[in-house]
Amino acid sequence: MNPIQYLIIGNGAAGVTAAETIRYNDPAGKITIVSAEPHPMYSRPGLAYVLVGAISSKQVIARQPEWYAQHRINLVHGQAVELDSVKQQVRLDNGQVLLYDRLLIATGARATPAPYPGSDLQGVVFLDTLDETHDLIRQAKRARRAVVIGGGITALELTEGLAHRGVETHYFVRRNRLWSQVFNDSEAKMLDERMQEHGVNIHYNTEVVEILGDKRGRVRGVQLKDGGEFKCDIVGVAIGVKPQLNLIRDTPLKVDRAILVNEFMESNVPYVYAAGDCAQVYDRWTEQYMLDILWPSAVAEGRAAGLNMTGQQSAYVKGSPFNACLLFGLHIAAIGQINPRREAAEKDEAASDEAEVVQHLSRGSSEVWFTLPHLYASAWSEDGPNTVRLVLSGDYLVGALVIGDQSLADPLRYIIENQINIRDLSPALRAGGLALRQSLTQFWYQLRPPQVPLYQ
Amino acid sequence: MNKLFYALTQSLGLESNRQNGHSQDFEQLGRVVPDASRCVQCGVCGYNCPVGIPVRDYAHQGLPVDDPNCITCGNCIQVCPRGTLRWETKMHTLIVERFPVTIQATPEPLNETVELL
Repeated sequence: MNPIQYLIIGNGAAGVTAAETIRYNDPAGKITIVSAEPHPMYSRPGLAYVLVGAISSKQVIARQPEWYAQHRINLVHGQAVELDSVKQQVRLDNGQVLLYDRLLIATGARATPAPYPGSDLQGVVFLDTLDETHDLIRQAKRARRAVVIGGGITALELTEGLAHRGVETHYFVRRNRLWSQVFNDSEAKMLDERMQEHGVNIHYNTEVVEILGDKRGRVRGVQLKDGGEFKCDIVGVAIGVKPQLNLIRDTPLKVDRAILVNEFMESNVPYVYAAGDCAQVYDRWTEQYMLDILWPSAVAEGRAAGLNMTGQQSAYVKGSPFNACLLFGLHIAAIGQINPRREAAEKDEAASDEAEVVQHLSRGSSEVWFTLPHLYASAWSEDGPNTVRLVLSGDYLVGALVIGDQSLADPLRYIIENQINIRDLSPALRAGGLALRQSLTQFWYQLRPPQVPLYQ
Repeated sequence: MNKLFYALTQSLGLESNRQNGHSQDFEQLGRVVPDASRCVQCGVCGYNCPVGIPVRDYAHQGLPVDDPNCITCGNCIQVCPRGTLRWETKMHTLIVERFPVTIQATPEPLNETVELL
């Protein structure tokens, strides 16, 4: 029997994890990875740390070129442009045609360009790929004043990076609250204070309508909605990402916001699988197919796809979306459904926000975060710079946002992920404050799974 | 504390090792262990390692950092932006291996009074 030809489009977290899994389970199979970028696999979340200056740009390369040779993985650089699911072949932009027995589409997502006139001017920067980050760092050396547009983690990381590089940074927020889809007022205020300490100027209720350029095609400022003009040399854009679906435009693959896959990571076309940012997976909390733009989800989906491609039936159950990040020295962990409750007056805004979410989901977030169950209750504990916000539904926890002290993040993640009944705990949780922390800690000590340490 | 330590080592059957001169278990009292599901492979850990251990290669596979060159300085744990790494003492590993804790799906109801922990 001929060895199976595995073709993986995408050299990111999902693609490389799938290749690793395939190699482990099928030593004879032929694996080809198509990469649209000229680098080996690198860590996209790590780009923020390159920008801040915590690591060198060499360090984000997570797999050295030798790694591909060691695992007998053929790395092809090029853009996949056409998929023929009947002939089972993929054509690249350089004319090369690759045949496959099993195809994995892991093309990921790319940053949405700014929807204003002037978005192609020199000085409009993104934090999305390694090359763009290099470009951004080079431009930040000369720049004196920067404007950052967009909500979400990427925009905040961009702001932090530029501020750390000595650029006078202005962050424009459309609403009156930072990251209004995830943070409540107290949480937003805490981050606001931190950002001001780091020298960031935050402008609320400010909207950009146009990016202005000079004669040489460089950014000279932005036009604001209220008529004013704001001078700057750099405009950082991080309004969101979009799954890359160019490859499957004229194919029978079923697409909603991304490629719809079943629990075996299969699309509706035989032998075609999808994983990572460009796959939409069933979420058992919202009972819908949801999009996660998260590294851990991509790794888990890549592993599941790899297993299923080698013929091992292994159902993937999507976990509760989780992300931990460090913004302006503040540790933030978000788990599950954590949309802050909205007042009636904000309802209309909320509706327009939700419509926007579908279009512009920011990197490092999940659609699930912006949802809430029909019946829910919130619990809140604040202790100086450390806060915990819980979302309860019935006898279960469905979401949590932990800022500062992270000792409750792992217990909460475990309780939410495994849908553990907390009926006896909920009065103490709803009381909030210290009772919430203590009862959760005590509950965790009773429940503690074996891998969690006795001593830290 | 010494008494407790002695009692524990005896109950785990490690005292004999010590007398035989195999005391590595106690010379290096712990190791760095990762939570692979938190790792985004950014490489901040390895970049800050003073002896150049490729911590990332352990972390994303979920393997404990069992490098003989590890000087247990804890730098990688400190710098990890996502809280992937933590310190695990050798005693803990031994206790967990010998006395596995079983997980209860629905735990016993809690007492009304909340103790200070």
